[in-house]
Amino acid sequence: MSKTRRDFLVLGLMLAILAVLPLVGLPGWVITYTARIMAFAICAVALDLVLGYGGMVSLGHAAFLGIGSYAAGILIAEGIEDFFIGLAAGAAAAGLYALATGAIAVRTKGVAFIMITLAFGQMAFFVANALSEYGGSDGLTLWSRATLNGTRALKSDTTLYFVILAALVASLGVVRLVTASPFGAVLRAARNNPERVTALGYDVERVRLWAYVLSAVLCGVAGVLIANLTSFVSPALMAWQRSGEFIVMVILGGAGTVWGALAGAFVVLALEEGLSLATQHWKIAFGALLVAVVLFTRGGIAGLFDRSAR
Amino acid sequence: MKHVITLAAASLALTIGTAAAQEKLKIGMMVTLSGPSAVLGQHQRDAFNLAVKQKDGKLGGLVADVVIVDDELKPDVAVQKVQGLIERDKVDIVTGVTFSNVMMAIAKPVFESKTFLVSSNAGPSPLAGKACSPFFYSASYQNDQNHEAMGKYAQDKGFKKVVVMVPNYQAGKDSAAGFKRHFKGEIADEIYTQLGQLDFSAELAKIVAAKPDAIFTFMPGGMGVNLVKQFTQAGLSGKIPFLSAFTIDETTLPATQDAALGLFAGAQWAPGSDNPASKAFVAAFEKEYGYVPSLYAQQAYDSALLIDAAVKAAGGKVKDKEAMQKAFRTASFESVRGSFKMNTNGFPIQDFYVVKAVKRADGKYATEPVEKVFTAYGDVYAKECAIN
Amino acid sequence: MSFTLLAVQTLNGLQFGLMLFLVAAGLTLVFGVMDFINLAHGVQYMLGAYLTAVLAPHAGGFFGALALALPLTLALGLVLERIVFRPLYGRGHLDQVLATFGVILIVNEGVKLAFGAAPISVPVPDLLSGSVMLTDGLLFPVYRLAIIGAGLGTGLLLWLVIDGTKFGMLVRAGATNAPMVSALGVDVRRLFTAVTAFGAMLAGFAGAMVTPILSVEPGMGDGVLILAFVVIVVGGVGSIRGAFLAALLIGLVDTLGRSFATDILKLMVSAPTANRVGPALASMAIYVLMAGVLAVRPGGLFPSRSAG
Repeated sequence: MSKTRRDFLVLGLMLAILAVLPLVGLPGWVITYTARIMAFAICAVALDLVLGYGGMVSLGHAAFLGIGSYAAGILIAEGIEDFFIGLAAGAAAAGLYALATGAIAVRTKGVAFIMITLAFGQMAFFVANALSEYGGSDGLTLWSRATLNGTRALKSDTTLYFVILAALVASLGVVRLVTASPFGAVLRAARNNPERVTALGYDVERVRLWAYVLSAVLCGVAGVLIANLTSFVSPALMAWQRSGEFIVMVILGGAGTVWGALAGAFVVLALEEGLSLATQHWKIAFGALLVAVVLFTRGGIAGLFDRSAR
Repeated sequence: MKHVITLAAASLALTIGTAAAQEKLKIGMMVTLSGPSAVLGQHQRDAFNLAVKQKDGKLGGLVADVVIVDDELKPDVAVQKVQGLIERDKVDIVTGVTFSNVMMAIAKPVFESKTFLVSSNAGPSPLAGKACSPFFYSASYQNDQNHEAMGKYAQDKGFKKVVVMVPNYQAGKDSAAGFKRHFKGEIADEIYTQLGQLDFSAELAKIVAAKPDAIFTFMPGGMGVNLVKQFTQAGLSGKIPFLSAFTIDETTLPATQDAALGLFAGAQWAPGSDNPASKAFVAAFEKEYGYVPSLYAQQAYDSALLIDAAVKAAGGKVKDKEAMQKAFRTASFESVRGSFKMNTNGFPIQDFYVVKAVKRADGKYATEPVEKVFTAYGDVYAKECAIN
Repeated sequence: MSFTLLAVQTLNGLQFGLMLFLVAAGLTLVFGVMDFINLAHGVQYMLGAYLTAVLAPHAGGFFGALALALPLTLALGLVLERIVFRPLYGRGHLDQVLATFGVILIVNEGVKLAFGAAPISVPVPDLLSGSVMLTDGLLFPVYRLAIIGAGLGTGLLLWLVIDGTKFGMLVRAGATNAPMVSALGVDVRRLFTAVTAFGAMLAGFAGAMVTPILSVEPGMGDGVLILAFVVIVVGGVGSIRGAFLAALLIGLVDTLGRSFATDILKLMVSAPTANRVGPALASMAIYVLMAGVLAVRPGGLFPSRSAG
């Protein structure tokens, strides 16, 4: 079996498991917990588009997640409860912020890119903290979830679960389509050799910018979903540590692979919950695991899989 | 520490092992045990465990099964974990909660599942007013009150000109608003610092330049430690009266030590409080854990006593929500703080004091009451609460 | 708003900037010479602080503890370099980020396990306690002047070493073109080890120096790490001179922003609005500065290599 085919088989299997999970009688908290992981996974998959395929390490992606969730939360707080309006607003707000800040950020590379995205992320974080009308740093409780075509269907965790799963599948599909397109080919080529791509007549900065904006839009969508799932938005969602967590998910899972980012999100968040139940000092074990994965594997979990399958 | 791990492990084992737990009272304690503020959660956890231990592992006559979880001070993590407590561990009561943002995040899922929420610290104003709930009871205070006590004290002392300095986040802004509620003099300057800021040299220079009669500040945790040390190093201690809330207490005194001596705070209780219940609690706590309990510890201890009294009053019928609500409202117990009465919004009506940091005869640092500022004081939001 | 207040705030900004410089110097060398992103640099700062705080009661106070903390942080730097960093030199930045992030988690939690979650403190040494009267009743703590002195001294020392010794020449050459240095027959591995351990000790020194003014607590290195990264990208990766000037710039911008942003705004808008917007702007100031510098000069103010 070719490597690509096998990868898609793995991805299909993962998604199939996610699709049947709510139907096998698991307790409610497992469903909401998995839904939360899927929402974060959307942003991890989106980050992989710029990080894995584009070679742009963004330390500001949590801001897009936060902007999306604030857009949804503020609309609900103001009485505009329709889910799709919230979704559109969250995606648009995140995309616009990415367009404005990305136009400056894509001119840098390497560690300068990491730091400039951190800077823009921090700016959004401080603005959210100053939003006293919407709870400031205490955050904003959404006393009701968004409405779906005028109904309260999203009140059911299972329904919301499937909405999030659909968004995850759509995000994976979008990222796949983009990376397989000529645009994606230029993006990848620009990661390895920007001079050459420029010499071939492509505008590298423009390609990077649109990848960055698309990635932010997907994270904005994830933010809208998180806001509805937890019924709560707060600046804590856009702290720089959260952006770092997304990077960890992508690298641990395997950057620039078909299912690495998804697996990374699941491993990081499930370990967090699992280890923290076992001991209050779970971070030592988690840290040791990160070090071990880097020292003894190449290309994260997806890479590990490749070698053992070979 | 080991004690805690075994306790957590034991509670985990119990969680998995027992499905038929009719005679048990299941309590989920959510506190912040990660990051710079972990010490606040630690005080709450230790005190709650102490109360349960003193009652032979029972609260209200039922075997208390306490699951302790760390909210990591991340609201979305807290929501996830509280859902686990409610649905997986099937707790009857959620207690603890160190920070207001975590409280606001978990309030909705807890209330919707008709689980009782007994705060041992955070008391955000929405829960005291418009968003009050018959499932919420506080054994601590409403967030504004300790600041109001300092404002009243400043007013009573006749201070004309005060500089207010608080971190730039919601609790900080609430703190400044609370202080100004009873203080009618001039606010020479309002300084908002970055949350988690550790260097206050710039602000201190500004305060000196303003030549105030006193400063009021709210700097919990490490921020408070640094501020106090830098305030004293700058030679301001003794020159400018230092009024504070949640800044000078037993979580920061081990670090500030002499630097905090003589500085003031507003509180509903201090280890130096002169009543028998308090003295017994402080002695038992210090014997068990080897450090001086703070008001966070006292509130958690009182939370356990409140739960104990309410479950007893409801005849152990923890699943009977109405009986439990009535029991929480009317339950009486010997609070370590002295007077304690439940208000209509589930927050206490209690006395507030100005307390001062002292070095005790045994060389340890603690706070003790200086004078009473409010008697039987309820919060200002209760009238907006539509329960009754 | 007086001139003396401005003067005091400038001194404060200088002191803050010099402290940042101590941390950033090691970071920029390790990054510049080895192209190695060491996120664990912040925990080395924390370890310096913890060692000083824990040893002070047993080592005859602050100075004794400082004398012990320096070789110990150097040794810890060597150990970390040997176990974690060395296998990662040839690898990509992402692997380095992940592994050293893991080290942060381990050390932060380990410190909490060993010394508890509560902040601990060190009294100001008697020799450096008290304040000096600058002018007009404005006091400035002696200890902060000592930090300024230590920062300037270290900066001078680094300049002498890097500009005037063979070791310094190799470091400079390495920061500009590491493969070339290797090709010239220099044992790059030993150079790397030396630079890493030296950087760790500098961070440890910074951590030790702040113990009397900042509380020592788990995670105290995380915020400093981010600020140090801001300093080195603004200054230009690998450039000590850039790190020095950027650290001062950032220290001053942050300190002056915090003290004057709200007051300046009050001249333009109403007081409540200024109270709301001012602090948010002050918090952002250094990030705005960094974004501005990088937008105009992606290599920082003093780029030490032509490309990359």
